Amino acid sequence: MSDIDLTRRSFLKTSAGAAAVAIAPGMMLFQVAHGDTQGASDKVRWGMLIDTTQCKDGCNDCVSACNKENGLSGETKATDSQWIRKIEIKDVSNGRELSLPMMCQHCEHPPCVDVCPTNASMKRADGIVLVDKHRCIGCRYCMMACPYKARSFVHEPLTDQNPDVPRGKGTVEACTLCVHRIDQGLKPACSEACANKAILFGDLNDADSEIAKKLRSVATTQVRADLGLNTGIRYQGL
Amino acid sequence: MSSHPPMYFKNHLYWVLLAAGGAVALAGLYAVHMMEHYGHIISGMNNQIVWGIPHVFAIFLIVAASGVLNVASIGSVFGKAVYKARAPLASLLSIAMLAGGLTVLMLDLGRPDRIMVAATNYNLTSVFAWNVVLYSGMFSLVIVYLWTMMERRMNPFNKAAGLAVFVWRFVLTTGTGLIFAFLTARQAYGSALLPPMFIVLSFAWGLAVFHVVQTVIYNWNEKILDPAILNRKKNLLGVFVLGSLYMVATYHFTNMYFAHQQSFELFILRDGGVYTNLFWWGYVLLGNVLPLALIFMPGMGKTRCVMTASLLVVLGAFALLYVFIIGGQAFPLSIFPGYEVSSSFGDGQIAAYTPSLYEFLLGFGGLAIAFVITTVSVRVLNFMPQDKPYIAD
Repeated sequence: MSDIDLTRRSFLKTSAGAAAVAIAPGMMLFQVAHGDTQGASDKVRWGMLIDTTQCKDGCNDCVSACNKENGLSGETKATDSQWIRKIEIKDVSNGRELSLPMMCQHCEHPPCVDVCPTNASMKRADGIVLVDKHRCIGCRYCMMACPYKARSFVHEPLTDQNPDVPRGKGTVEACTLCVHRIDQGLKPACSEACANKAILFGDLNDADSEIAKKLRSVATTQVRADLGLNTGIRYQGL
Repeated sequence: MSSHPPMYFKNHLYWVLLAAGGAVALAGLYAVHMMEHYGHIISGMNNQIVWGIPHVFAIFLIVAASGVLNVASIGSVFGKAVYKARAPLASLLSIAMLAGGLTVLMLDLGRPDRIMVAATNYNLTSVFAWNVVLYSGMFSLVIVYLWTMMERRMNPFNKAAGLAVFVWRFVLTTGTGLIFAFLTARQAYGSALLPPMFIVLSFAWGLAVFHVVQTVIYNWNEKILDPAILNRKKNLLGVFVLGSLYMVATYHFTNMYFAHQQSFELFILRDGGVYTNLFWWGYVLLGNVLPLALIFMPGMGKTRCVMTASLLVVLGAFALLYVFIIGGQAFPLSIFPGYEVSSSFGDGQIAAYTPSLYEFLLGFGGLAIAFVITTVSVRVLNFMPQDKPYIAD
């Protein structure tokens, strides 16, 4: 009897060891790939301050960087996705002209999140508004609700995607504030690409951050502030 | 060969009609398959006009599905015998149109295969999520209501079921109006007038569809609708058409009064090209003025006039929905009020939209589903209105 027990014990030991050897590299690779898997913190609110006086008319560097980073085609047909776009605006009353980038404004009270039937549109604890590509059913109600026309619908099959930025035909997408870069401690691609440093990225909640200091010292505007959405993207010189 | 008995001919005609309806429904499914495979790129919709022709069809069917129950409510809730005799047919049409409309709405999704996700994840702040409950609840309630009418032992519950349906459909059409009323940033939408406007529109559209189907059924059975009943019902249609025109006029007048909405109103009412034409010629003239003349002008108001008026009301409904849904999106979103705006994403420009054949196939597929359900049901069950010899009310 004891012989049988020993055999069984050693079998279990060997099995457990084999399982550990099989799983461990996967776990380690997961760690390497994803780094710290801690969730986003609600102590942080990521945002941007865009200095329109520094944004050059005709310069498209932020748009190109976004397209490259997120694997967008860069085409501008009505059915193509544009996560960030340059808008030229002219004040009707005095003729003053400005050029500025427009993208998801990462609202504190995002209308897209309110209207999404399946909770696919969501706001992360750190204020980044995202679309869960596995939950989006492609109803486009969020596109109807967004006051900034910041969202695009994927009209065609996609190829050559960036593994860090999942996208899918038949779902809605928008600027993610380069969440995959932020989680690695990097700045969003548009902010990094701007030669004139017109796009300042940082934590709005951290009083010592450069963006918070700037927000205290210069006059800034939220686009369509009348809607009371408290956007994470602010504009200077508008 | 030429002297086939009428019954034989009718049987043939029935199967031909059913096959035609089935073929159109199949064509709709083919369009869905193509959109699934190639993506919405083969539709005319884009990132500016995100809801197109399928939504015009779907919303017409859903709104009319609610409105047609008015006939049933006047019977069950307010006890009018003429309407009570028509409640089963009205309920059947409601179920049929709801099925058609929801099918179109569901199959137009970017990922219709994820319908289970919509059924299992509810965002409580989303009108769409509320509507999932409202539409499925309506379906079940109307089936129960039909059961209380058609099964003698269930008759005692008829009044309660009728009342429940009466309340539910008001909430449902409110929900449909709220889809647009909650879009605060869009000039065309974001108005508390929209839910009541949709309710009044539903009365007119639902009754118009009812008239058309009723006339066909009476003709099929070689019966003539009692002129007294026709007279009452055509007057009701006239009142509903006037009521809906009033609501649409009020919506545009209030918009015109707000300075920041004036450019939008000028677009729809004067400068919008296809939208302006559809509004004035399609909705106002064909969908309201002409039907009202056919109903109320001296010497008019006969069966054929009422049938034509009803068809015109339906046509007007499609024109209005096209202007409201697509025209409303075509007008540029005001992101920077007081500025002239341009970009690569259509900012500051009237958006272009050319509906594709696939969208129409899907839309007509929805109509075909409603048609097939109605045709089969009318054949296998008794939905012919049974009026009493003497009308007390």
